[in-house]
Amino acid sequence: MEILSVLLEWGPYLLGGIAITLGLTISALALGFCLGLPLALGQVYGSRPVRSLIAVYVWFFRGLPTLILLFLFYFGVFPALGLDFSAFVIGATVLGLRGAAYQSQIFRAGIQSVAEGQMTAALSLGMTRWEAVQCIIIPQALRISLPGWSNEYPELLTDSAVCYAIGVAELMTRTSQIVSVTYMTMPIYIACALIFIALNYGGMRVIRKAEERFAIPGFGGKAVQP
Amino acid sequence: MTGEYILRVEDIHKKFNDREILRGISFNVKKGATIVFIGPSGTGKSTLLRCINQLTEPDRGKVFLDDEEITGCGSRISGYRQRIGMVFQNFNLFDHLTAVENVEIAPIKVRKMKKEEAHAKAMEELHRVGMADWAHHYPAELSGGQAQRVSIARCLAMDPEVILFDEPTSALDPELTREVLEVMKDLARSGMTMLVVSHEMGFARSVATEIIFMEGGRIVEQGSPLEIMNNPKHPRTREFLGRIEHT
Repeated sequence: MEILSVLLEWGPYLLGGIAITLGLTISALALGFCLGLPLALGQVYGSRPVRSLIAVYVWFFRGLPTLILLFLFYFGVFPALGLDFSAFVIGATVLGLRGAAYQSQIFRAGIQSVAEGQMTAALSLGMTRWEAVQCIIIPQALRISLPGWSNEYPELLTDSAVCYAIGVAELMTRTSQIVSVTYMTMPIYIACALIFIALNYGGMRVIRKAEERFAIPGFGGKAVQP
Repeated sequence: MTGEYILRVEDIHKKFNDREILRGISFNVKKGATIVFIGPSGTGKSTLLRCINQLTEPDRGKVFLDDEEITGCGSRISGYRQRIGMVFQNFNLFDHLTAVENVEIAPIKVRKMKKEEAHAKAMEELHRVGMADWAHHYPAELSGGQAQRVSIARCLAMDPEVILFDEPTSALDPELTREVLEVMKDLARSGMTMLVVSHEMGFARSVATEIIFMEGGRIVEQGSPLEIMNNPKHPRTREFLGRIEHT
């Protein structure tokens, strides 16, 4: 009974964290996509210096734990640049920059999986290389990448909990706050876990719908089943 | 000599690593001509076609389209490629687009044609190759012969002056080969200038204005279908024709 009254009392506050957690996840996913795709194109079609720069970027952001990156940006990079952003913005930026490094490798594999003849045919019709990349390669590469890319959502969703360390009032932060007041560790963490599971399931359903929407006969690849 | 030919190829050389694929190929093409290239595999026929539209850059030599040099023309090559269509052995249809979208995409993106106009043009070309009923099917839903006919329509939608056919029937069984060859024969009769790499000797006999036999990166012999098929002068041409007639 005590658990029920605690959940009733703190439930709305805990549920309020959903918007923040989803906000972090979706912003990071979008930033990762917007940066990851150009990074992948640069790695495949760029000059040697461009490819080297991107390799360093990927190596840096994939090589450090998310927590260290958060602290580096929260206490170092943002203040050094004179940028006074909220912890939420810094958290979403770091998750997005890190996600871009991972997403770039998913898209790079997708681009390289498009048959060489597709580019040849596009060039033979008088398209420039850039027109061919835009109209022929990217639409195919994205479809090929979708199953791998669908892993990014649960990855970022669960990673967003690390933003607790810089004080973003997301689900994990709120859970810890409620536990510290009520001392009911397990029920509150279980409630938090159930919310994460529900968000994960819901997000994967959306991705699955997107996969069905963009499916093309004869074009392989399906998103991970929720 | 100039003005008489729509396409001139002069002394084309191409090496891959240390292997010399083309060793000085020269020939001229009159408007409306159909030239069929024959010869053993690995003799540079496909490389020659790719050197003409610069998908492969030749190491030496020149290509002229209507007296304009297209070799070493830099970014202007896209403009010339619009005038020289190409049909590939493996069709190379864009897998994410339907047949009609495959045909209309280049007119829309390259020639900046309005979507409705490009669609009408695409349907007209699909109709011409007998594929209008399959307009809304994806490449994976088409047979090899159908896919190749769509790829010919895609090429025609750009109103090319010359079409290069790189072994267009090699990946097809005899039945499907026949339907593609019929479309190519119609094109030849309509006055389209065509350069065809093919071992379809029946097609060469009935449609070609000239046959070029290549071996080892060189032109061994060239002449009319009658000359080459009934009275080949070079022993290698005789040997090659003898072999393919018995297969």
